[in-house]
Amino acid sequence: MPAPEWLRIRRSKEGGKSDAALWSKCPDCGDVLYRPELAENAYVCPKCDHHFRMSAYDRISTIVDGDFVEIGNDVLPGDPLEWVDRKTYPNKMQADREKSGLSEAVVCGFGTIANFDVALGVMDFHFRGGTMGTVVGERLALLFEAARQKKVPCIVFTASGGARMEEGMLALMQMAKTTATVTRFVEDGNFFVTVLTDPTTGGVSASFGFQADVIVAESKAMIGFAGRRVIEQTIRQKLPDQFQTAEFLLEKGHIDMVVGRRDLKATLVRLLEYAAGGRRESEKRA
Amino acid sequence: MNVIVEREKGLLELEKRIAELRTANESQPVDMAPEISALEQKYQEILRDVFGSLTPWEKVNMARHPGRPTSLDYIGRLDRFDELHGDRHFRDDHAVVGGFALLHGRPVVVIGQQRGRDTKENLRRNFGMVTPEGYRKVNRLAKLASHLGLPIVTFVDTKGADPGISSEEHAQSEAIARCLYEFTIARVPIVATIVGEGGSGGALALAIADTVIMLEHSVYSVASPEGCAAILWGDSTKAEEAASRLKLTAQDLERFGIVDEVVPEPLGGAHRDSSGSVTRVLAAIDAALGRLKALGPQKLVEERYRKYRRLGVWQTERREPIETSS
Ligand SMILES: [Zn+2]
Repeated sequence: MPAPEWLRIRRSKEGGKSDAALWSKCPDCGDVLYRPELAENAYVCPKCDHHFRMSAYDRISTIVDGDFVEIGNDVLPGDPLEWVDRKTYPNKMQADREKSGLSEAVVCGFGTIANFDVALGVMDFHFRGGTMGTVVGERLALLFEAARQKKVPCIVFTASGGARMEEGMLALMQMAKTTATVTRFVEDGNFFVTVLTDPTTGGVSASFGFQADVIVAESKAMIGFAGRRVIEQTIRQKLPDQFQTAEFLLEKGHIDMVVGRRDLKATLVRLLEYAAGGRRESEKRA
Repeated sequence: MNVIVEREKGLLELEKRIAELRTANESQPVDMAPEISALEQKYQEILRDVFGSLTPWEKVNMARHPGRPTSLDYIGRLDRFDELHGDRHFRDDHAVVGGFALLHGRPVVVIGQQRGRDTKENLRRNFGMVTPEGYRKVNRLAKLASHLGLPIVTFVDTKGADPGISSEEHAQSEAIARCLYEFTIARVPIVATIVGEGGSGGALALAIADTVIMLEHSVYSVASPEGCAAILWGDSTKAEEAASRLKLTAQDLERFGIVDEVVPEPLGGAHRDSSGSVTRVLAAIDAALGRLKALGPQKLVEERYRKYRRLGVWQTERREPIETSS
């Protein structure tokens, strides 16, 4: 089903770009790809299957049936530490807003997937590297609370470099905040799925990322706790290419499945079907 | 190089001279008391001068001081301690020590991150950097405490979770995420004390608590200053600058509502009076447990939820509804 007009408008604006911007080089096979065609192919290289990083609204449009009602988009960042380095934190975020077209690093809301009502949270690496500050934590907390009230499954797509340095400890506390809302959602017997996309590390993987009932990872995504550079500096040697890939994690038993992007929606639908067949914890108690 | 240790070198000279004069004074006919007292006064002046007000970076160094009381110094002063070992799967991580204990006669489950004082002990303790096996031990002990209805008392002292190959292979993220989950739902009082350095998610895994206590010169940060400088500026040598921006001191964190209580340290740091410092911290933990005892399990979990649910600073036109029913 095609995306509704308003959603299409929010998708990355391919048309407005200069001719050069209409072409992207695949970092894996080097093929030069026409971006509108790439977009049609869910940002997967048709030659080598490389998965490009997706913007949150592009992702949503490939997953939901049509409707998507956003929540929490009025929660906007402050500057609690009054952070300044080469730029002020508000200035950094201004650049991120212009680059990504987003007000923060996560988009949350409700929609349907094959007619299943779901809560959907989608992180976007193009805003501050998908880092989790107060707004990411608060929007996700609102999503888990609302999903718990509606008793609908929650699917969160992660893409994050970890906690946001510019919000200091308040950023770290979002690991606790999201966990708090996840526990209530899950303990009530609701279904929680994460889809770990490239890259997912630090405070996001070490909180809700790995607290889900089912953990799906997108092909070849880099997933880990410590960043690759940090590990290499610590052990003073180069890591093998495969290290911390979705496939590596599958082999080590950390995740449930690795799925290619074009099969993702169908996979999620099957998971939702299984979950709908059971009885919730809260109903059993009643 | 620890800037606090460097500064103490000058003071050590003075301490030695005072001690020498004292010994000499006992065996000499001439009374040297005035000289000694003058020197002591000077010593106190220098102490105030050097340690009266510390910058964030100086506090980072204070928190890492090799002489600073570590978790085992606190655990060693409990009425009784019976260590419980291992993650029941793979290994016993010595960067975490835990077990049953009596604190002022009260049975508790105690869990602490343990760094070493010298190279040999640091290798055994992995510099206080906990591996997934260690976090699984923490998780197991927290569940045990919940099961038996015993309060959980934790001591936090780590630069961060272990960033090695084996830790990634053994799912460090999952191990920490499960600790956060367990501490959030534990139906028993939890009191966490940041005794040295609290570094990132590796520290938070032991620090979701009803009462969070910090020593006056402890630090608690989203990332180590070195890590933050590397992440933001690609240069870990800019750690001092990062420390000044991160708002990682006990005083900053009390202001943000992240820390509930700050326990004062003697002038010059907790290691100048280790025994007294340990006594004060244990008394603060005992008092917190006394207060939390009045709350039932339901209320405890509810209050803990509300505390973490509201943390953060953001802008919105709407007054956000905080869910209250559990
Ligand atoms: Zn390609």
